[in-house]
Amino acid sequence: MPTPTSDTPRLAIRGIRKVYPSVVANDGIDLTVMPGQIHAVLGENGAGKSTLMKVIYGVIRPDEGELLWEGRPVIISNPAQARSLGIGMVFQHFSLFETLTVVQNVALSIPGKLDLDPLAKRIEEVSERYGLPVDPRRMVHALSVGERQRVEIIRCLLQNPRLLILDEPTSVLTPQAVRKLFETLRQLAAEGVSILYISHKLDEIQELCHKATVLRGGKVTGTCTPAEETPQTMARMMIGVDLPACSHGEPEDGGEVRLLIQGLSHATDDPFGTDLKDIHLEVKAGEIVGIAGVSGNGQQELLRAISGEEPHADKRAVRVCGVEAGHMNAARRRGLGMCFVPEERLGRGAVPRLSLTENILLTAYRKGMLFAGLIRFGVAKRFAEECIKRFDVKCGGAHSEAKSLSGGNLQKFIVGREIMQEPKLLVLAQPTWGVDVGASSFIRQSVLDLRNSGTAVLVISEELEELFEICDRIVVIAKGTLSPSKVTSETNVEEIGMWMSGLWPGAKTQGEATHVA
Amino acid sequence: MWLKFEQRPEPSKVMTYLSPLLAVGLMFLSGLILFLVLGKSPVEGFKVFFLNPLRDSYGVAELFLKATPLMLCAVGLSVGFKANVWNIGAEGQLLIGALAGGWLALHFEGSTSRLLLPGMIVAGALGGMAWAAIPAFLRTRFNANEILTSLMLVYVAELMVSWLVHGPWKDPDGFNFPQTKLFSATATLPLLLAGTRVNVALIFAIGALVVGWIFMNRSFMGYQMKVAGQAEFAGRYAGFSAKRSVWIGMLAGGAMAGVAGISEVAGPIGQITEHISPGYGFAAMIVAFVGRLSPIGIFFSSLLMALLYMGGEQAQQYLNLPSSISKVFQGMLLFFLLGSDVFINFRPRLVRRRK
Ligand SMILES: Nc1ncnc2c1ncn2[C@@H]1O[C@H](COP(=O)(O)OP(=O)(O)OP(=O)(O)O)[C@@H](O)[C@H]1O
Ligand SMILES: [Mg+2]
Repeated sequence: MPTPTSDTPRLAIRGIRKVYPSVVANDGIDLTVMPGQIHAVLGENGAGKSTLMKVIYGVIRPDEGELLWEGRPVIISNPAQARSLGIGMVFQHFSLFETLTVVQNVALSIPGKLDLDPLAKRIEEVSERYGLPVDPRRMVHALSVGERQRVEIIRCLLQNPRLLILDEPTSVLTPQAVRKLFETLRQLAAEGVSILYISHKLDEIQELCHKATVLRGGKVTGTCTPAEETPQTMARMMIGVDLPACSHGEPEDGGEVRLLIQGLSHATDDPFGTDLKDIHLEVKAGEIVGIAGVSGNGQQELLRAISGEEPHADKRAVRVCGVEAGHMNAARRRGLGMCFVPEERLGRGAVPRLSLTENILLTAYRKGMLFAGLIRFGVAKRFAEECIKRFDVKCGGAHSEAKSLSGGNLQKFIVGREIMQEPKLLVLAQPTWGVDVGASSFIRQSVLDLRNSGTAVLVISEELEELFEICDRIVVIAKGTLSPSKVTSETNVEEIGMWMSGLWPGAKTQGEATHVA
Repeated sequence: MWLKFEQRPEPSKVMTYLSPLLAVGLMFLSGLILFLVLGKSPVEGFKVFFLNPLRDSYGVAELFLKATPLMLCAVGLSVGFKANVWNIGAEGQLLIGALAGGWLALHFEGSTSRLLLPGMIVAGALGGMAWAAIPAFLRTRFNANEILTSLMLVYVAELMVSWLVHGPWKDPDGFNFPQTKLFSATATLPLLLAGTRVNVALIFAIGALVVGWIFMNRSFMGYQMKVAGQAEFAGRYAGFSAKRSVWIGMLAGGAMAGVAGISEVAGPIGQITEHISPGYGFAAMIVAFVGRLSPIGIFFSSLLMALLYMGGEQAQQYLNLPSSISKVFQGMLLFFLLGSDVFINFRPRLVRRRK
């Protein structure tokens, strides 16, 4: 038996092939990861990255191919076995139980019985050491996606893995958290841990990774050393063509107010939630307003209040297109011309086990899909097919289940479904979460086009760059209060970054909200 | 070597449909063993239990007669079950439906109006709905668990029937038997086939299956309930009312159970007694799940369940077994179904034991 030396790859995979009924997800993939190496896997949405990672972690059985773990051939038939070899994975779609607390979730992935209290202590230690704050006693369903992602990462780190697989770990982390995570990953790599890293953020890859393998349509199309590339050259390797630049156009001036929030305060039932305090905001037709902020500062609560998922007692707190809508549920607000893309795509924005056609019905049924209370499936199917085509959603067809789509493709589908309804007011949470560079720029362009045709757009995102790229005005949310708004061209990342910690002029004095428009 | 269950990456469609068949097979097998243990010949037992009931056309007609209330209750319940509304009190709703419709029959005794019978059916449905509305209200208003409340109301309904037939509604010329007067011919459901007992209720049941299929597969309301049942947050995101799902789920079950109840008393029984239903409301839950909550499946599973009822009667007559034998078979069927359903999400694998 060969003894593992630093020349023996930690993991070598040979000729992995995985076929789904509608698509060859992996087609003869070779890949080698050395000890202590941070290895990026790049590719468009649906290129097969997650599938490959799931093969390594024993979630999916490949149709062909073999895996060599430290020089020895292994067959990994389930995640428990993968963990016992020393493989840890953070999934793109979260795998936490919503009805359990953080510490209970972590306990489930550790074999044997154990006491929760010491484990909670260890979680706190690890979360502090690596700058990933979470409270181990909170229920998972009450966490924002950013916090859930931290839990997933901590859960992995607790197991002292020798190969760590991270499937888009930074998609919803704040810039500071990303810094901290990178330090952690570098430290782990220095200790000899191998890391497989998937991300659509090419600048991150360039900064962090020693080596990159590029996938396209399930095949390896090349490898590179990210330090020697630029994000542009890597993007070209991924999508085969140069990225188109966004064309902006001018914001419309003096359009009617489509979303008006006046004095919205809301105390959450969730002991760990954030109370909203006296929120004022207005979004006019023909402009894009962005809300920046660190996740967990009241974004979720504000979104639910705007979307109508949590109606408010005071009718006048929220006006949609001039109509008092505070008390209305989500369907009635949609009736007023509002559309909404939520941050969780599976289970909220889409029903996992229903087909894409049926998922179109979820929000777009007003587009002539009903007749006398019955569903006109033909109309819904055509809408789905159109959405798949326009937004280049890679899938088996309108009949595919939502859960069979890759993360980025499902995101494109949901964004497409909402945009295609030609809303008067569009609210987007993390619109390009997990979407590849090509598709991100397409989504941003579609949002800009919609604004140019007179739609009012509100974007909530943790990606400052994205907000600066598309927004006409930016406001900041911190501790449940909203800052005054700033015209994008009159501010910069540093100022907004500082505001994100709650320090804007006039903060805490419960000031009147000014709208510098 | 030992058996280990491994989660499938996704639920197996094949197993979803194979599982009820597997459960039926295992039920037959254990039935044979049961006969053996009870000292009867398994072959003889099987014949008496499963073949005897169907040996002539009268038997086949009886099968459909018994399947009718099961179909009605099961299709109503399945509407709720799909939306995670757990109405397990169909038995009580069936009884109240029988009382409500029966009251009309007794009150307008001697009437020859053509409206009496349709009125009784409607009253039956309303009675069942009223009984189901109680748990629906408690659930939507106070968030009380409908499983408990609907079940407890079954016992209330049973006592109510018992009190009425022993007291105010007792037939004065009935030699003190706890039963009402026989319903008049105008208040009795017409037969479908002379010489049998199958009546028009079978048509209602088949109609309910068709309407149920359209509701669940083609209507927007059915779609909303499916979404509410599968992904609560998606339902809220879309703005579908969760309360409305509870109401519709409960009322559909109640209405169909009520129609089943009145069809029994205005059909084969012909009066209200203490024994309106041999547990049809409970058996219907098994029927609904064996039929995979689909109207087509429910059609076949209710026939199977009816066969179990008839087999039990035969076994009592010819094999000297207690009538509860049919309950044993029902129980086994549910038990094996739940067991087989594990294979939908898990696959068995033989693994070598590791030290
Ligand atoms: N369970 C499944 N059934 C059918 N097709 C599937 C299934 N899972 C994945 N696929 C398909 O396999 C392909 C690869 O999916 P995968 O999730 O690996 O993509 P990805 O590279 O991770 O994309 P993303 O960047 O969007 O996460 C996609 O076309 C997807 O639709
Ligand atoms: Mg993926």
